[in-house]
Amino acid sequence: MVATTESILDLLREVKDPELPMLDVVELGIVRDVEAAEDSVRIDITPTYSGCPAIKAIENDIIEMLTMHGVPNVTVRTVYSPAWTTDWMGDDAKEKLRVAGIAPPGRVEAEPLVLLRRAPREVVCPYCGSSNSEERSEFGSTACKAIHYCNSCQQPFDRFKTL
Amino acid sequence: MQSSNTGKSMDVGALTVPDRAALVQYLQRIGDDRLVLGHRLSEWCGHAPILEEDIALGNIALDLLGQATRALELAGEAEGEGRSADALAYFRDAIDFRNLQLVELARGDFGYTIARQFFFDAFSIHLMDALQYSAHAELAALAVKATKEERYHVRHSSEWMMKLGQGTDESHERIQRSVNELWRFTGEMFNVDDVDERMARLSVAPLASELRTQWNDVVSDVFARANLERPRDEFFARGGRVGKHTEVLGHMLAEMQIVARSHPGVEW
Repeated sequence: MVATTESILDLLREVKDPELPMLDVVELGIVRDVEAAEDSVRIDITPTYSGCPAIKAIENDIIEMLTMHGVPNVTVRTVYSPAWTTDWMGDDAKEKLRVAGIAPPGRVEAEPLVLLRRAPREVVCPYCGSSNSEERSEFGSTACKAIHYCNSCQQPFDRFKTL
Repeated sequence: MQSSNTGKSMDVGALTVPDRAALVQYLQRIGDDRLVLGHRLSEWCGHAPILEEDIALGNIALDLLGQATRALELAGEAEGEGRSADALAYFRDAIDFRNLQLVELARGDFGYTIARQFFFDAFSIHLMDALQYSAHAELAALAVKATKEERYHVRHSSEWMMKLGQGTDESHERIQRSVNELWRFTGEMFNVDDVDERMARLSVAPLASELRTQWNDVVSDVFARANLERPRDEFFARGGRVGKHTEVLGHMLAEMQIVARSHPGVEW
């Protein structure tokens, strides 16, 4: 098949993040560039966190998905600049996170480099919608999540960290 | 350091031989600090005092290993002899590691781990902040990402310094003792040698000595809030940057490198 950027992007929308299977790699914002030539395709992806263990799995999944659909000579490069930010995630993607029980990230705000006692964010519980929640830890089940607890429905939940 | 990052890659081939060698050394220092500290933190997996802390230390270790991998890749590229990040991590002996002695020390108790982490984080966040403007575009990109991650790290280690400092008599006594024991390893972070001077001249990196004031500000602030006493500046250990390490680094590397060395080239 002759690959166009659009047809490649359509296939990439079938590749899910292994740690966030409700999101595909395009809506997560980690696909930075697609270069479709006649006999080869190059895709640039960027990691969410420096040590994101999913990045290699994502690279392999992309190659597998495109190769399975007859795209020849797929190469995937990992690029580091500009650095990924949660602001690249669209509203649809944020809503999918919420439905899956993960409070979506807020907007990135300017703050001092070293901010010791951070004012608590108001985080809405993805289960019951209450804002009466508290942060239990800024580090959660994956590099991109923090642990919260809802005082209204007594449900612990993940929050996608603003980065 | 001036903001001179043009977004273009640095032409390593155009550097003089000593400048290029210094760049390789510098990138190894950045990588080795984070590789060794990341490994020390990972030793807490399954052993931290509470589950949330187990997860936090594992996450921080992962960030540091990611930063280390990238820095060592760049070191290998600058060297130009085909050595990968894995080759540098697993097939160098202690004498070829360029990390600070601070990061290699055995993990000690939880307070010791936290105090060491805090001293490093308070340094690393200012270093990474400055490196965002490096003339070496790939290093600058690494630093942009690392700065975001370090914001979380320094908040976490500071929070524990305050909790332990203001906690029970025992937690206060133990964190103060760790601070006292580690203090003599903090001076090495700000040492400047020929490698640093060359990096500063090429606008690759700031002189670490220029970061001391910012580090001091964070440390003084946290010590005050944690009710901790600042040790007197006396003897400061040094040598890690040129391969002189304490005995424990060799022990750590033996464990870290055994699988890669027993089964070279193995994949799973």
